[in-house]
Formats: sequence, C-alpha cells, structure tokens
Amino acid sequence: MSEPLTLDIKDLRLAFKNWSGTTEVLHGIDLKIAQSERVALVGESGSGKSVTSRIVLGTMQDVRTARVTGQVAFEGTDLSALTSSDRRALRGRDISMIFQDPSSALNPVFRIGELFQEVLKRRDPKVTKAEARKRAAKILHEVSIEDPDRVLDSYSFQLSGGMNQRVMIAMALINKPRLLLADEPGTALDVTVQAQTLTLMRDLVEQQGTSVLFISHNLGVVREFADRIYVIYQGRIVEHGATKALFDAPKHPYTRALLSAIPRLTGGGVPDIAERSPDFDAPFIDHAEVR
Amino acid sequence: MAPICTFTEGCSLSIFTRFLGRLGASLVVLIGVSMLIFFIARIIPGDPARIALGPRATEAQVDQMREALNLNEPIIVQYGLFIGDLMRGDLGMSLYSNRPVMTDLVEYLPATLELVLLAGSMMVMIGLPLGAISARYRGRWPDNLVRVISLLAVSAPAFVWAVGLVLVFAYFTPLFPITGRISDTLELERITGFMLIDTLAAGRFDAFASALHHLILPAFALSLSGIGQAARLTRSNMIATYEQPAIEMAQAYGFPENRIARRYAFKPSLIPSLTIIGLDFAALLGNAFLVEVIFAWPGLSRYGVGVILQKDLNAIVGTVLIISATFLITNLIVDFLVSVLNPRIRLSEGNK
Repeated sequence: MSEPLTLDIKDLRLAFKNWSGTTEVLHGIDLKIAQSERVALVGESGSGKSVTSRIVLGTMQDVRTARVTGQVAFEGTDLSALTSSDRRALRGRDISMIFQDPSSALNPVFRIGELFQEVLKRRDPKVTKAEARKRAAKILHEVSIEDPDRVLDSYSFQLSGGMNQRVMIAMALINKPRLLLADEPGTALDVTVQAQTLTLMRDLVEQQGTSVLFISHNLGVVREFADRIYVIYQGRIVEHGATKALFDAPKHPYTRALLSAIPRLTGGGVPDIAERSPDFDAPFIDHAEVR
Repeated sequence: MAPICTFTEGCSLSIFTRFLGRLGASLVVLIGVSMLIFFIARIIPGDPARIALGPRATEAQVDQMREALNLNEPIIVQYGLFIGDLMRGDLGMSLYSNRPVMTDLVEYLPATLELVLLAGSMMVMIGLPLGAISARYRGRWPDNLVRVISLLAVSAPAFVWAVGLVLVFAYFTPLFPITGRISDTLELERITGFMLIDTLAAGRFDAFASALHHLILPAFALSLSGIGQAARLTRSNMIATYEQPAIEMAQAYGFPENRIARRYAFKPSLIPSLTIIGLDFAALLGNAFLVEVIFAWPGLSRYGVGVILQKDLNAIVGTVLIISATFLITNLIVDFLVSVLNPRIRLSEGNK
C-alpha cells in the first residue's frame, strides 16, 4: 500500500516518573491501523490499553510525570515531533474519541445542541448556530434518533444512557475524523443497548471510511466489530491476528484464558482462571496470514 | 438569547413561585430572630433605665423611665407593643443617641452597606478569578503563588489587615487617607447616604473620586480574608471538576484549554462556591466592626457595638434586625443565582 497507515505505532514505551525512579507500564507496543480498518486492542483492566489510546490522542504526553518514547505516527507524522498545541489541533478534527460512560462524558450544564456547536467549531470556527444545529440534527438522524430537535434542546441528564451513547457517537463522527478511538464504548450501558449502538457506530464508520481503534475487554463485542485484534497483557502485545484466525485458533495461553472467560448462555458458571500464570508471559505470537 | 426553559412552559413561573416560597421562609426566620433578640436583650443583667440615666439619678426618675419604656409590663406584652410599633416603622427611641432608632439606622446603615458591598464585590471579582487561574495552572507556579497569597489572606483577621494596610499605604507611603468617608473640605448634600451615589447624583466627580479614595483601603482590608476564602474554594471545586469525564471529553475533542477552564470547569464549580460566598458576604457585616473602628468609619457595626455596651434595648433590637434582614436577602439572591446556574435545579422545579 502506498498511502501512509492511519496509525503506525512502533516500540511505544510509557513510564511514569515518581520519587523512587520510573515505573514502566508499556514495554514496547507495535500496532498498525490502515485506512478504513477497524482494529481492536483487547486486554484486562490495567494492561495498558487505555493509556495507549491517551497517547494516540496526545493527552498523555502532557502529563508531567509521563515519559513517552517510541514512534506514534498518525498518517505519516510522528506525534512526538509535534508540539502540544499541534497535537491538540488534531484532536476533535482528525482524531476523535468515544468514552465508556456517555452520560458522564457529556457535560451536564450545557445542552446537547451547544456541545455539538462546540465540536463543530473545531473543524469550522465560524460555524453559525443555525448551521451547527442543522448539521447536528442530520447526523442525529443517522444514528436513528427520531426527534433530533428535542434531543438538541435537552441536557444529558434528561436523556437515557442509550440516547446519550448515540449522541456521543454522532458527536465523535460529525467532523469526519480519520481515526476514531473507542475506549470501551458503552460498557456502562446494558447489553442490548450496547449492541444496538455498536451497530449504529459500525454503519456510520463504514460509510465515512473512518479507521477505528477499538479498546475493550469484551471479546464477544470485539468479534462482531473488528477486522483485526491485538491482545495486550501487562503492557505487552501477546498475540495479534485477523479476527477469524484469532478466534478459530488462539495460540497464546493468555488469549485462550481470555476467550474461556466469556460466560456462556448454556451455563456452566464463570470459568476459573488464574490471575497470574507464567504461561501468560510466553513470547508474542503473530498469525502468519495477516498482512 | 435562549429562553430560560424550553421544556415546560410554566418554567419561569416556577422560579417565581420558588422565590416566593423562599421569601416566606425568610420572613418566618426574621420573626424568629426578632423574638430571640428581644428576649435576650431583656435577660442580660443590668437595668437599662439605670444605665441610661447614670448612677446619680433618683429611684423615682429610674421608675419613671421604666414606665415610659414599658419595662414593668410582662415580657409578652412588651413584645406585642414592640411589634405594633414596628408595623408603623417605629423602632423606639435610642437611649444612647436620644434619637429614634430608625433615624440612627438610616444614618449609619448606608455607610456600612457601601463598605460591605464594595468588599463583597472585591471578594467575587478578585477571589474567583484567582481561584480559577490557580486551578487552570494547577501544580505550576501561578497555582503555588495564589495558594500562598490566599492562605496568608485567610489566616489573619480583617482588623490585622486593616492595621497593616493603614501602616503601609497611609502612614509610610501616604497614598490613601486614614479616616472618614470623604475629604472634610467637601460639602455635600445627603440624599441616599451612599457617598458614591450621592456624589454622582450631585454631578461632583471630584467628590466621587474622594469618596472612592476613602473607601478603597477599608473595603480591601475587609475583603482580604473573603478573597482568600473564595480563591481557595473555587480552586478546590474546579480541581474536583477537572477530574470528571466531561472535562476529559472536552480535552479529547481539543477544545482550547482556556475555554475549558472558563466554560467547562469554572461554571459547574461556581454552583457550590456561590452558597459559601453568600454566607461569607453576609459575615462581612459582622467583621466590619473593627475595620470601622480603625478607619473611623461612621457605620452600623460601630453603632451596634456601642449600643450593646450601653444596653440600649431598642437600638440593639433594631440593629440586629437590620443585619439579619441583610443576611436573609443575600441568601435569597444566592439561592436565585444557584437555581439559574444549575439546570438540574431549574428543570426539576419546572417538571414538578
């Protein structure tokens, strides 16, 4: 492929400086996302998936105790070569984000319409109120909201969680970003609502050709959504492959444990998994058929 | 400008009814305060008639005075008579100044209100921005500077600042006058009793400047601890707000950092701060006493302490009532502002 990758992460390391020295939490991550590709980063809490998304977003670099090394290239430009304000310029325009709990991420003291206008200003600072409202109503319609006007006049606390999630998805995609970071989207919602909103998100992303970095601990959700999967454990990528290949023949012990951790409808209870196992530290496995 | 409510048509009406409810509650409180202070003033040891007439007055004279003040009636009857007079706007005679208490209040209250209002404005207009700057640059040098200043400001009472400011800005470097409300050489007709308003009404800008010049130092001394308090409160509320996901979202969408500070962190933090600032503001009335003494300010606080020491019954009750009323009015205003700022309160009231 001649066009640059949307996201190209090479040997990414993150350490936090504290009074006794530094603690490394990411030990050299490699990850690639091509244009219009949906890639999932899967791991348990504390494995480093969320901090990875904050580094791509460029906010982790502004944390004073954080030391980020390695390469994070967005469409060919290395983020570490950019200044803090240049990184900010990418956010909300070319890189966008969906949060875990939409109801608390949407500011409760502003109406949804005002928030949309603020987001639209990132792309077009001179956007008028009427124009912003028209465009917001249009995209809300695309996420199956029947009465956009009522939603635009509401505060987030007046809407249901599912409604807020749709709003969040619409807000994240209204500026047609090149890369969407979805950090455990809808984990705070109940399962049926989560499934509905993820379908809406997939449709919209496909239509716009947006690349997605999907961060989750839920392999079931990831299976429906992602083209490729990276499994992360303790700050290291342990296995990588196309979704089908990885689900059909998981090779790394940690991936197997993660897969068996999904409770089944047929019963049998929650499987018993060791919290730590020397097997989990086995070397990285890359499925060969992946480009 | 967007309408206050889009959801329910009766919404602005509901703010009004809510306000009326609060007003009613405040009146009840005021009646309670009047009873309390009326009885307390009469329980304090010492015969007010004897104190007023002095040690050389005869028993007969004292008795005559007690009769005139209705002090020989049962205390319930006394209270009834007092309320009756109050309805006619009569607070009785002051034994201290030998004038109607109402006249004294009208004379002294504007001076104190002027002082307290300016001090309160300084508290809000200096304290809130200082706190906001501190939270915006948390952990960096502007934050540390503001924290040191605000800690210093709250850790010493107003009269210490008053003495310090007089020494530095009036004695060592005579930039400001030390006493009074306006330069003695200026003759001015009294209209409202508020110097700043009276001078402007008379079109005398030189007098206005002189009044302001006299006002700044005492007001600043009075407001300093409030400024520190407001800054610290705003800072901690804003930092708590910064931790919330809504701010992280604003940062993730690349909203400008100053805009995030102003709109997304400051506005929600203002809601809890306002309530405390309202109380601090009302407390300025009490703190004003020593500041008024130091700057020879002819205000109500100084008058109030004078009459208490003289056991001047009518004047004590009148002064306390006025101060309570000011306190209650301030709280009403704060309540109103909070419900305007917080859509949750506004809308939940409307949807009832």
